[in-house]
Amino acid sequence: MSDHMLPPANGRRLRVLAAMSGGVDSAVAAARAVEAGHDVVGVHLALSAKPATLREGARGCCTIEDSRDARRAADVIGIPFYVWDMAERFREDVMDDFVAEYKAGRTPNPCLRCNEKIKFAALLDKALGLGFDAVCTGHYARIVEHPDGSRELHRSVDMGKDQSYVLGVLDSDQLAHAMFPLGGDTKGDVRLEAERRDLAVAKKPDSHDICFIADGDTQGFLAKHLGTERGDIVDASGTKLGEHDGAYAYTIGQRKGLRIGHPAADGKPRYVLDISPVNNTVTVGPVEALDVDRLVGIRPRWCGPAPAGEVDCTAQVRAHGDETAAVAEVVDGEVRVRLAEPIRGIARGQAVVLYAGTRVIGSATIDATA
Amino acid sequence: MAYFDHAATTPMRLSAIRAMTVQLAQLGNPSSLHASGRRARRTVEESRESLAHALGARPSEIVFTAGGTEADNLAIKGIYWSRVADDPARRRILVSPVEHHAVLDPVLWLESAEGAVVEWLDVDTDGRVQPDTLRAAIERDPASVALVSVMWANNEVGTVEPIAELVEIAHEFGIPFHSDAVQAVGQIPVDFSATGLDAMTVTGHKLGGPGNCGALVLGRGITPVPVLHGGGQERDVRSGTLDTASIAALAVAAEESVREQAQYAGRVGALRDELVRRILAAVPDAQLNGDRRLDPAHRLPGNAHFSFPGCEGDSLLLLLDARGIECSTGSACSAGVAQPSHVLLAMGADSARARGSLRFSLGHTTTEAEVAELGEAILPVVTRARSAGSVSARR
Repeated sequence: MSDHMLPPANGRRLRVLAAMSGGVDSAVAAARAVEAGHDVVGVHLALSAKPATLREGARGCCTIEDSRDARRAADVIGIPFYVWDMAERFREDVMDDFVAEYKAGRTPNPCLRCNEKIKFAALLDKALGLGFDAVCTGHYARIVEHPDGSRELHRSVDMGKDQSYVLGVLDSDQLAHAMFPLGGDTKGDVRLEAERRDLAVAKKPDSHDICFIADGDTQGFLAKHLGTERGDIVDASGTKLGEHDGAYAYTIGQRKGLRIGHPAADGKPRYVLDISPVNNTVTVGPVEALDVDRLVGIRPRWCGPAPAGEVDCTAQVRAHGDETAAVAEVVDGEVRVRLAEPIRGIARGQAVVLYAGTRVIGSATIDATA
Repeated sequence: MAYFDHAATTPMRLSAIRAMTVQLAQLGNPSSLHASGRRARRTVEESRESLAHALGARPSEIVFTAGGTEADNLAIKGIYWSRVADDPARRRILVSPVEHHAVLDPVLWLESAEGAVVEWLDVDTDGRVQPDTLRAAIERDPASVALVSVMWANNEVGTVEPIAELVEIAHEFGIPFHSDAVQAVGQIPVDFSATGLDAMTVTGHKLGGPGNCGALVLGRGITPVPVLHGGGQERDVRSGTLDTASIAALAVAAEESVREQAQYAGRVGALRDELVRRILAAVPDAQLNGDRRLDPAHRLPGNAHFSFPGCEGDSLLLLLDARGIECSTGSACSAGVAQPSHVLLAMGADSARARGSLRFSLGHTTTEAEVAELGEAILPVVTRARSAGSVSARR
């Protein structure tokens, strides 16, 4: 097995399209692809659209600062650079989906969606059509290639930075054309390397927020798209405890901001247990009721062959969460997961990613918990 | 390498580089009263005379600016403001929708910030304003028109507008007329006084001059309100220290390009015709945008503009760029995103046709070998771009 960083043994020079966000990781990834001998072109995706003006369609625009940072990195690396407008696809496949999922009472992770539908679908398709062999990104994950050419996706060696979770939606075909040059290093090393390479983004802060909600105010974003609708906050027995302005504004496990006037009978704090968009109801209860040890996932995506029968694995349910020992089985297209230890506060719509050691087996969207 | 983006900028002429570098080594502000200042002033005034002669204008009608965008802003805003100051009822600006952003954006700004009423003069499928269109627009209420602005020739599809006829109509009603002629000078005959224009924009870097110098040719009776206030160096209409070296180079480049215009149009027009022939032979379903009459009365000699069905312009550009062939998809926003051409949309093209288009613009350094290189490359590039499809627009 060999890490996919270096050119294949036959030394074939690949045509690589480097997706450059304007951040330090994708810049170093592109530089490494060049250094490994590949023929690299940098592309920055313009993903969010400004409102249409009088005589023009919507201008696909990212922040000008990010596209400039990406362009300057490409200059230093010495590769051609273009900005591609994928705002329309991004709005349909990621932003609209994000809003629809919240409206349905689920909590999506738009980064997974973007990797599945934009970076390794719309962008990859276009790249392959144009004659490129691979799309290179700055994700912290490793691709391990077997002598027969088959590939596995593994966690980064830097567990603190590992991003295999948000790549768990990639299937074998997508993985076959992916290149993650940073999976074998720590973030600290990558920043040092960026400085050594004179990349101005070496000290640029990491991005954490959802890219299309620049101010980080997810609730405000949702309120703008979904409006407000008064509904009830109830306990498990259905007794009304208070009111809210829209069930989507709550997340499973939330404790603060419930605005329930009187304390619970046992005096203990109450948490959001369930969100029901159909009757616009938020159900609250004691913390113990948040514990979950069974999950049902839909829309499975496998990085290799789908597991047959029951498999021992570990499960991860959020981007920066711990993994938990589990047994998974595919039944009628659904993924049923039994957790060895309960996990607290899992929301429908989150992805569960299954691992065998460091290897990603696949992922599914959580549809039910117990 | 093959360069087909002369309409964006064209190589500086050696004569202009020489004139510029000679002046860069000289001392003197043209507004100073001592010997060095007088020397610089002499260079500026000789350049003004030379440029005026090349454009069919009087020396006093030349207002030097820092390029075409400034000249357009001065003409549009300055004339609008002065016309409104004389009569507050004059709020209408009649303008073609195929103008460069340097005209469109000042007009839209006047609409949003100053209460101007913008009326778009419809263009035909070639991108041309028909004289009757202008007449009808004016006659709806002649007293309310502040100014008319129609470019001399379009920067994207090369369509030559019937400027003399349009000016005549506006003047029947005493309405001032501005034309952005940055693409026309040196390409086709341009004579300011013969057309009766009130204001005309020219710039250096489209005709082999420097990138930071242009002029607004301004009829003597026209006094726009300044955009830049300061020392009033140019007729009290434009302020800012005159850039002697750039002005000298602009004048030399303009003089040379106008002197050589007829010969240029013949040689480059023939190369353009050959390019069109080769592209249509290689890609029979390519659509030539703009006027199909390939003579200088109708179309700029250096312009070829195509839509390639099933392709995205940015894909074509990337593939050609990788082969060392440089061309343009039209305008881009400040972040670098290629925009569907507002010119093609105004000509009635749908969004797909507008997105799948490329402009090839030839110029004074274009060779047969470059045309042959592009002719060879276009089919494989289009075939490849088609396989990439219209991904970003498809679900």
